[in-house]
Amino acid sequence: MTETKTPIIQIRNVSKRFGKVTAVDNITLDILAGEFFVLLGPSGCGKTTLLRMIAGFEMPTEGQIIIDGQDMSMVPPNKRPVNMVFQSYAVFPHMNVTDNVGYGLRIAGVAKGEIRDRVTEALELVKLGGFEDRMPDQMSGGQRQRVALARSLVMRPKVLLLDEPLSALDAKLRAQMQFELSDLQDKVGITFVTVTHDQDEALSMASRVAVINKGEVAQLAPPSDLYEYPANRFVADFVGSVNIFEGRLTLDEPDKAAVDCPGLGKVYLNHGVTGPHGADVWVALRPEKIYLHVPGEGKAVTAASQDAPDGHNFARGTIKGMSYLGDITLFEIQLEGGQIIRVSRPNLSRHDQEDFTWDDKVSMHWRADSPVVLLS
Amino acid sequence: MSGALQDWKSQKRPFAAIATAPVFWLALFFVAPMAIVWLYSFGQNVGPASIEISGTLDNYKRATEWLYLSIFLKSLAVAALTTLICLIIGFPVAMAITFAAPKWRPWLLLGIMLPFWTNLLIRTYALMALMGTNGYMNKGLGGLWEGASWLRTLVGMQPLEAWTPVQLLYNNFAVVLGLVYVHLPFMVLPLYSALDRLDKSLIEASLDLGAGHFKTFMKVVVPLAAPGIVAGVMITLIPALGAYLTPDLMGGTDSQMIANVIERQFKRANDWPFGAALSFLLIYAMFILIALQSMRANKVKEVR
Amino acid sequence: MFNRTAIAPLEYTRKLWMRSWVGLTMLFLYAPLLVLMIFSFNDSRRNIEWKGFTLKYYEKALNNDSLVEAMVNSLTIAFLATIVSLVIGALAAVMLWRFRFPFKGLVEGTMSLPIIVPEICLGVAFLIFFAKIDWPTDLPWPLNLSAITIAHITFCFPFVAMVVRARLASFNMEEEEAAKDLGATDWQAFRDVLLPHIKPGLIAGALLAFTLSLDDFVITFFTSGPDTITFPVKVYSMVRFSVTPEVNAASTILILLTVILTFIALKLQGVKGIAQSH
Repeated sequence: MTETKTPIIQIRNVSKRFGKVTAVDNITLDILAGEFFVLLGPSGCGKTTLLRMIAGFEMPTEGQIIIDGQDMSMVPPNKRPVNMVFQSYAVFPHMNVTDNVGYGLRIAGVAKGEIRDRVTEALELVKLGGFEDRMPDQMSGGQRQRVALARSLVMRPKVLLLDEPLSALDAKLRAQMQFELSDLQDKVGITFVTVTHDQDEALSMASRVAVINKGEVAQLAPPSDLYEYPANRFVADFVGSVNIFEGRLTLDEPDKAAVDCPGLGKVYLNHGVTGPHGADVWVALRPEKIYLHVPGEGKAVTAASQDAPDGHNFARGTIKGMSYLGDITLFEIQLEGGQIIRVSRPNLSRHDQEDFTWDDKVSMHWRADSPVVLLS
Repeated sequence: MSGALQDWKSQKRPFAAIATAPVFWLALFFVAPMAIVWLYSFGQNVGPASIEISGTLDNYKRATEWLYLSIFLKSLAVAALTTLICLIIGFPVAMAITFAAPKWRPWLLLGIMLPFWTNLLIRTYALMALMGTNGYMNKGLGGLWEGASWLRTLVGMQPLEAWTPVQLLYNNFAVVLGLVYVHLPFMVLPLYSALDRLDKSLIEASLDLGAGHFKTFMKVVVPLAAPGIVAGVMITLIPALGAYLTPDLMGGTDSQMIANVIERQFKRANDWPFGAALSFLLIYAMFILIALQSMRANKVKEVR
Repeated sequence: MFNRTAIAPLEYTRKLWMRSWVGLTMLFLYAPLLVLMIFSFNDSRRNIEWKGFTLKYYEKALNNDSLVEAMVNSLTIAFLATIVSLVIGALAAVMLWRFRFPFKGLVEGTMSLPIIVPEICLGVAFLIFFAKIDWPTDLPWPLNLSAITIAHITFCFPFVAMVVRARLASFNMEEEEAAKDLGATDWQAFRDVLLPHIKPGLIAGALLAFTLSLDDFVITFFTSGPDTITFPVKVYSMVRFSVTPEVNAASTILILLTVILTFIALKLQGVKGIAQSH
């Protein structure tokens, strides 16, 4: 993954308006060859429109899409070096599996023997060997999706586009398909561009994720950066669960920073944030990065002061809600200022959930590398 | 929905209250009249106003004479041609409605349905007025003729002879045109509903896999719209086969269709038994068409 | 529409040839009717040249007693046939949707026959039937319309049943069960839950029945006695013997009536509802 990559798709200032509604607003981004690229965003954010513009089913109102160095403005979908796996799979109901998968090759006029070989190969790749003569309505949703995958892969496209590939599958199958898609992408080496509204899907499969909000790119980063270093409140909130507090930046040096949050207390970070001093900022704190202590605050204060000055990264509250989820227990704690903070705690041993209960006074601390300061 | 079905025995009173009127009406005012016609078809005239139902098959024998058989076949041919033309005109229209912007779609549909709601006789009459020797269609053709003539003079050729209005009405052409005019909405609506149900991403998938619009149309759209095409064909063919008004008003002496022959037996020739036999032959023809269609539908189901 | 974005692959309707095709089809469908309507105001007995605006043919049409009588007869028949068809058709739909009973397939099949059997055959059947049972033809108005009305109901109510049944298919039985759970009787549940659900079907069915009845020529032609004339039968005889601008005027009135009816239905249901009900 370290060799220098060239962009296979270049999206240049692309906008798409439907009447008065702007679906895609001046997006510019590059997708690199061999990458598993995910467009992530809530429904209606414009991610599917962007994908459909790459495939050629929608025309940009403004801007340009370049695939493999070639401007696609005048190229119809049937002439583009990309193939798409549709959300509904769009498996032709009147053709059996072999005819579905071989459809594109037949259109391209590939020789019969070669079609047979390539169809067999593609079906093996998606683990559908033996299904050649099935009709689509004799197959499950997961199997139909594999047909759609094989039908696109057999064309050996430069880029494979996947529109919400896992949304119609049940939870278990979805998890399995996530691994299989990553695995498949590794094997065939084709660039995958996937659209999803599901953050788990994006985090588990992608090499890079573009979070889209209201037609604009909110952040473009690898999955772990997205989670640990969200660029703004939208991304912090959309990817994973997070507590956000308003505050004022009181200290900002290359190796440390501090924010004064009226709702939470003093927050100390062991890195700089390069924001204007005294500015209004937001602090994001993930629930799993907060340590919960049994009533009595000695331990919490001691733990917090290990990597932060006295009185920082420490808070008190009352447990107002608890939900036991098996692997973790989720707490809703009312801080002294009245705000609610969510804290999750792993159940490391069998009776851990019994440590706390409703209306317990508790104290919390977090490490100096945990909070994220957001400027917007 | 089958779970909602209730046995009539468990609900005798509500069932009686609901079922009596429709069943009674159907038996008295549909089954009984049809049964009388059926019985008459085996009868013969014994006096000026009395018919004896003798069980004779003479009426049917006479109906299969070439004179009547040829009219039957001709009716079928005219109806089939009408259906084909409606299909050719209607398919792109149905496509256009399906893929029109959502705000235009209902209005286009309304545009197709409004003539369907307008009185058949008035529409036929309006078309006739347009097609008369002094009508606009003749004027239009005359304009084209003169244009062609003028073009000929431009390239130095002799101008064409002066335009003489052609007889557009009272021939087989007029009958087919009239039937197409009247039945076009019947074809468009089922086609539209089939195309509307078609998952648009199937078309996109075909384009995405490299097929052009024409290939996509032939390999994806037509096979998947087949039930709608069959429905449209049946819904056009059946009334066109039994059409009375259009051939009567717009046809010439040689444009008689089977319905006109039946009418003559009752209103002029006064040979009711023979008319009854012809009626039932027409009904049997309908049954055969419908049976063919349902056989095909069953076959498709088995293959799936 | 002012839109410069390139035509996307599935925007077939934006393609020029497609638009021309639809335009020409609409022209084909509407030009005859429009010409007829325009020339009903033409001050000339011959139809082809515009000689100036006049309403005199409307006056003539409205003073033509037999034409007015035919129109009144047609509307009366359509009105009566619609009401009875609506009741019988709705009952038939509920019967077929709700109950399991012996010979159900036979009843269902028979009920669809009036839709399939050619008009001419149905007309013939009524001619023979009413002659056979000596249905009186010299009754006072409106009883003299009874034979025609009966015939119309026979071919209208299966259409109503079909439309209502399609609507019933989308009914969620749990709604009725919920009503009963909350204490409603059978009748109350029917009135408060089922009836509101099938209302669009009833409106569409009524509109269809009214149009079919008003439209019918062939069956009426065979069923009507010597003294009862309906509008289509009257127009038919006028067209056969002489084309007069009065017919244009009367036809225009009927076309406008159809359009008005359509728009009332639209107001009640919205364009979409109408489109879906067919």
